[in-house]
Amino acid sequence: MEIDPLIFRLSIFILSIFIGYYVVWSVTPSLHTPLMSVTNAISSVIIVGAIIAGLSGNSESIFNTSSIFGFLAIALAAINIFGGFLVTQRMLAMYKKKRKNK
Amino acid sequence: MISANLSAIFYLVSGVLFILALRGLSSPETSRQGNLFGILGMIIAVTVTFLSTGNFSSGFIFVLVFILIGGSIGAFIAYKIPMTAMPELVAGFHSLVGLAAVFVAISAFLNPEAFNLGTPGNIKLGSLIEMSIGAAVGAVTFSGSIIAFLKLQGIMSGSPITFKGQHPLNAMILISIIVLIYLLCSTQSSNLFWILLAVSFLIGFLLIIPIGGADMPVVISMLNSYSGWAAAGIGFTLENTALIITGALVGSSGAILSYIMCKGMNRSFFNVILGGFGATDGVSNTSSKEQRPVKSGNADDAAFLMKNASSVIIVPGYGMAVAQAQHALREMVDTLKKNDIKVSYAIHPVAGRMPGHMNVLLAEANVPYDEVFELEEINNDFANADVAFVIGANDVTNPVAKTDPQSPIYGMPVLDVEKCKSVLFVKRSLSPGYAGIDNDLFYKENTLMLFADAKKMTEDITKNL
Repeated sequence: MEIDPLIFRLSIFILSIFIGYYVVWSVTPSLHTPLMSVTNAISSVIIVGAIIAGLSGNSESIFNTSSIFGFLAIALAAINIFGGFLVTQRMLAMYKKKRKNK
Repeated sequence: MISANLSAIFYLVSGVLFILALRGLSSPETSRQGNLFGILGMIIAVTVTFLSTGNFSSGFIFVLVFILIGGSIGAFIAYKIPMTAMPELVAGFHSLVGLAAVFVAISAFLNPEAFNLGTPGNIKLGSLIEMSIGAAVGAVTFSGSIIAFLKLQGIMSGSPITFKGQHPLNAMILISIIVLIYLLCSTQSSNLFWILLAVSFLIGFLLIIPIGGADMPVVISMLNSYSGWAAAGIGFTLENTALIITGALVGSSGAILSYIMCKGMNRSFFNVILGGFGATDGVSNTSSKEQRPVKSGNADDAAFLMKNASSVIIVPGYGMAVAQAQHALREMVDTLKKNDIKVSYAIHPVAGRMPGHMNVLLAEANVPYDEVFELEEINNDFANADVAFVIGANDVTNPVAKTDPQSPIYGMPVLDVEKCKSVLFVKRSLSPGYAGIDNDLFYKENTLMLFADAKKMTEDITKNL
């Protein structure tokens, strides 16, 4: 009997939770705010679903109810992607070591 | 057009890059590189999606236009936002992830052919279950984050909103969501899908209103986690590895942060979620408080004490952020350092309105991160320090947490500020903190209260040094 592909996806999911668990515990507490903003940005990879939805219209009618929701989701996810990564970059650029003047 | 297998491999690559992005945050040196990995992963995922649909018609132009619109709004916000407003920003971003998940689910429900999920009214059972879970969690994330945003922004009062029968009502709604998903899957009725969304929006709203302002670090972390689970739910629907990996990473990240925040307050997760903390008890406590003598001083006294110290520990709290005193504080510390006084910063896990908030504010004020210490690292040093300078913090220094089992904050880890030879406490008044309890530290022999605005006081001290 063949294994349902769902089982494979479930395996990836469960293993990723474990990876997430160990990776996040190793994040230094002083970087917890950038951690939140970067997780925000990467969870917006949901944009791939939004793009598929946005492109679902045919050449005569690009806009149907389904694709309009797709386009809206693209805009929302794009705010998050650009906003999330850039604000993380901005924060991380501020973390500096002691100047060597002693 | 690239094959489904090839694009699946690229999605896996972008998932791995996201793991490396989080991994980079284990130290500030590697963090910037980590962020670049994250950006690269996102570019790969988006490009592969374009290539795999192979649709470069006029619809493609519109996709780019919407990315551009969203992207410029996001970039604009990212450059304009003051660091003190990070909690609001993150809450706002969470709501967008949640709403995007809802929209993608709606789109997939209306037009399942585009996603290879079957036909309208006849969607594959597994996909429908995944889709409705993703949509429900997304909706909860959206409305919950909106409430969190409004509370953090001060548009909505930070005090908990509770009413009779709240918990039974919430429990009933949660059960009805499960029933709705079950019915939806057996009937494929679109009406049930809309009702499910409406009920999920409602429960997100109801779950967050009873949680008070001081518990916001937990709420934000929890919503972070939800946004991850919503993304994972959609990832299962779309059979997309990148989305499943990311959802799991973000979900567990938010869960761990919630755990750390709860531990920092010595409260159980359920206690926070059920809410109502610090609502009315605080008021009765302050009115019944007996008048005890307090020593208060001015900037001159504070400067004198610090000038004669050999080591000073700074304890910043949310009040510092509100007064925007971080730059003035760093100038004061620079002056102290010129006088060969050793200065370090002590950060409590729940200082500020979100995990790590104080660290970002200090970094913004050019405080080197190797002078900033976490509670466990620095707590033993208070006994050897000459002066503790508490600015905008309160409950996290209250020794009552160690001595009085009756106190609501008993057992909470606190900074051992009272062990210092002298304590300088910058505060506007003697009012209690968010926990609504009096701080014993105010009345100690070795405490000098500095009643003023944090920023102004810090500047005055610098002048007197």
